Amino acid sequence: MSLFDFTLGLGDDALVAAQRLGEWTSRAPEMEEDVALANIALDQLGAARLLLTYAGELEGAGRDEDDLAYLRDDREFRNCLLVELPNGDFGVTMAKLFFLAAYQSPLYTALAGCADERLAAVGAKARKESAYHLDHAALWVKRLGDGTDESHRRMQDAVDQVWPYVHELFVPDPAAPVDPATLRADFDATVAAVLDEATLTRPETSWTPGGGRDGVHTEHLSYLLAEMQVLHRAHPGANW
Amino acid sequence: MSTELTPLWEVFVRARRGLSHTHVGSLHAPDAELALRNARDLYTRRQEGVSIWVVPAGAITASSPDEKDAFFDPAADKVYRHPTFYEVPDGVAHL
Repeated sequence: MSLFDFTLGLGDDALVAAQRLGEWTSRAPEMEEDVALANIALDQLGAARLLLTYAGELEGAGRDEDDLAYLRDDREFRNCLLVELPNGDFGVTMAKLFFLAAYQSPLYTALAGCADERLAAVGAKARKESAYHLDHAALWVKRLGDGTDESHRRMQDAVDQVWPYVHELFVPDPAAPVDPATLRADFDATVAAVLDEATLTRPETSWTPGGGRDGVHTEHLSYLLAEMQVLHRAHPGANW
Repeated sequence: MSTELTPLWEVFVRARRGLSHTHVGSLHAPDAELALRNARDLYTRRQEGVSIWVVPAGAITASSPDEKDAFFDPAADKVYRHPTFYEVPDGVAHL
């Protein structure tokens, strides 16, 4: 994978995650959580802007962050499937955020020390935010898992439902500034510790869907993009 | 969610080292750990602080407005309690 593809993939992960988390605005269980999720969404959007801007420069075809975000179709997006999955209930959203943050946190930390100066700068900025996302999601996974019978059942369901999609995050890419495969041990250790404390069981690995990094997505991404892009496509270059 | 599951917490933020924590507002949260995180999101978004306290609102004993006279009026005519007889040296902040 080229440096452009790698950077685009990370940028798309952050952009799509931001859009999904933004869907919770005004719908979270309470106002405090509403603000927390919106904060995390904005962190992701901030990282997405830096990464997409850099990807556009690497490509050298004159595309800026807006062109990449608003004028590509689903097959041109390189995000992992995990981030495009629907939010489901609050448990599913927390499972998704937890797995994403458990991947992004060591990823950004590793990027902060990589040879590419621009990616290192993004990593240095985003790793602190990502550590907070991980903390927030882990707190909820523990509370719901080790909560009532009903919350335990739903949190376990959520983990089972989302788990197959984590494997795609660690497909080896030895040429990348940070080979995703090297992050797996860190991810597994974080997940094991939190699920243990949450009295949840880590699912067995069987089905391992993938394809996001090649532009082969679930049907959910098209709907997400339609909503995200409609304004820009109806009013190209709109500004306010 | 009911207030029983997510009770009220009072939030105190220290703006910077050397200053004391100041009450900034309140919020709902199921426990202290989440109250602290919520406080971080709600009250320190714009670099307002370097330290946060959260206190269960129920743990605070407050004076009642009805007792205002008995509590505060007797201090009104005791000028000798005010350090007005000292010169404040130049350059002393926060006094």
